[in-house]
Amino acid sequence: MIAFLKKFEGLWLFVHSPSAIVAAMVATLIILGAIFASWIALVNPYDLASFSLFDGLLPPVWQDGANPKYLLGTDDQGRDMISAILYGARLSLIIGLSALTIAAVIGVGLGLAAGYYGGRFDAVVMRIADVQLALPAILTALLIDGIARGILPAAIQQDLRVAVLTLAIALSLWVNFARTARATTFVQMNKEYVQAAIMMGQRPSRVMFVHILPNILGPLLVIMTVDLASAILLEATLSFLGIGLPADSPSLGTLIRIGMQFLLSGEWWILWIPTLFLIALVVSINILGDFLRDIFNPRLR
Amino acid sequence: MVYFIVKRMIQSVFVMLAVAFLAFSLFRFVGDPITQMTGVETSVADQERLREELGLNDPFVSQFIRFTGDMLQGDFGYSYRTRQPVADMITERVPATLELGVVALIISLLVGVPAGVYTALKPRGIWTQTILMTTLVGVSIPTFVIGIMLIFLFGVQLGWLPTFGRGGTVQIGNWESSLFTISGWRALLLPAITLGVYQLTLTMRLVRAEMMEVMRSDYIRFAMARGVPMRKLHYKHALVNTMVPVITIIGLQFGGVIAFSIVTESVFQWPGMGLLFLESIRFVDIPVMGVYLVVIAFFFVLVNLVVDLLYVAIDPRLRLRDVE
Repeated sequence: MIAFLKKFEGLWLFVHSPSAIVAAMVATLIILGAIFASWIALVNPYDLASFSLFDGLLPPVWQDGANPKYLLGTDDQGRDMISAILYGARLSLIIGLSALTIAAVIGVGLGLAAGYYGGRFDAVVMRIADVQLALPAILTALLIDGIARGILPAAIQQDLRVAVLTLAIALSLWVNFARTARATTFVQMNKEYVQAAIMMGQRPSRVMFVHILPNILGPLLVIMTVDLASAILLEATLSFLGIGLPADSPSLGTLIRIGMQFLLSGEWWILWIPTLFLIALVVSINILGDFLRDIFNPRLR
Repeated sequence: MVYFIVKRMIQSVFVMLAVAFLAFSLFRFVGDPITQMTGVETSVADQERLREELGLNDPFVSQFIRFTGDMLQGDFGYSYRTRQPVADMITERVPATLELGVVALIISLLVGVPAGVYTALKPRGIWTQTILMTTLVGVSIPTFVIGIMLIFLFGVQLGWLPTFGRGGTVQIGNWESSLFTISGWRALLLPAITLGVYQLTLTMRLVRAEMMEVMRSDYIRFAMARGVPMRKLHYKHALVNTMVPVITIIGLQFGGVIAFSIVTESVFQWPGMGLLFLESIRFVDIPVMGVYLVVIAFFFVLVNLVVDLLYVAIDPRLRLRDVE
């Protein structure tokens, strides 16, 4: 009942927050566009045969010399910008979401166990988290990427780029989850329902995942949205630095890196349209994250 | 107090050992050092001899002890890529990164603290709303995009400032500084702002939250009731009490500044440690990667140690706790 009321209240607050509504709409639009990219997009930007150099460097439709077929113009390869962006957003979202899922599973699992068992296990997990916190996320991700380059044989490196990138981002984001899960689990451990469950002789895994986990989901959800934004930014940054994805399977960051080459020439759309798109996506996710935080933290209301 | 300092120092040593161990494992297990050091034409026997000479067949623990000992003496080994001593490559690049980071930090504090105080004191004002909305957008724009925007605006369109390199530098001992020439400052400005913007939003938000918390406290209400002038109340009573968290921010932000300097240096081709690190990742130059890691961790641990000591200096309550 209380959970239902809370949901209801959240919905009520949502309807009365114009910025949250706009943010949700933008995010939904981008996510839908990314999901249905292969139906919406004019060409497949990964298939070199599907576009021609003759259509290269066409401006968006509202400028002179544009081809109405390409609404937002084309890049130097003749690649349709809309198609490139939609496929890029899809790749960015896939990497961001899978990294987030891995980070959440590792972080929440370790945090729950640390809060539940306490003692030496807790100390070890938290010391690892401390060391990890001393290294900023982007450094960790770069490092893991560098190690992967050293360990993996050159032949399979290109095929594993997405997996390496995902893992690098996931391993640099798990700490937030672990710390939040641990802190909230500590609070729950003193509650009667948890004590009762332990007294009844239920298995630790059952107490942790069936009893405690549902009661700490709120704060974890907030971390999830904030970290989704971080994951997407991290991927874009790595790809921009040329460490992430190669130019033949561009994510949003790769597109911006390619666009940088046109900074000094007149072809502004190649750089600024993917950039705007990335900013819109991250800003809307961050606004939603702020909104969720306000909901789950009544003190701020 | 002494107990506290000693305890913090022991902790710092353990963090450094952990990082050194990480760097050592990188060097030892990512790729074979011998194949990296020798060419294709080196015979297997020669390779084995080198392996024995370098002590790579010794037990793991004694190798790690020797590695740490070498590091303490400033011997960081040789780069796989350039064959130069890593220590030289790093010390050459330290000034550029530190100058960039410190100037960025100063920018973020000079703008962030006043903005945080203002938005806390006038929470419903139109300016506050504007500033808060701007910072939310600011947090969401990746550092490299901010850099590109600044380059585009001030470098390309207006042509006011250079967009890459360090400009003119002055050599002071081993320290190559760009803080003493006009062209050096002009080159520093855009990267420093780029690096400072993200930190600025964090500073502002934290100062604001802290200030609002303090303004709600009993002693502020009491001072208000006593008729202390508002200006004195805000800046003497309230702001001073937000200083402890602000110092914490500086400590925490240092890590962020170093990390994002990798990105900023890449955008502006700033010849600092970040750019070196990026190159070393691209070429899998493990020794340079490892040493970069150790150096960064050392700065980080050092700054946090100083921050902890500053707490004690600023907040008399922490000194009293020991006496009790």
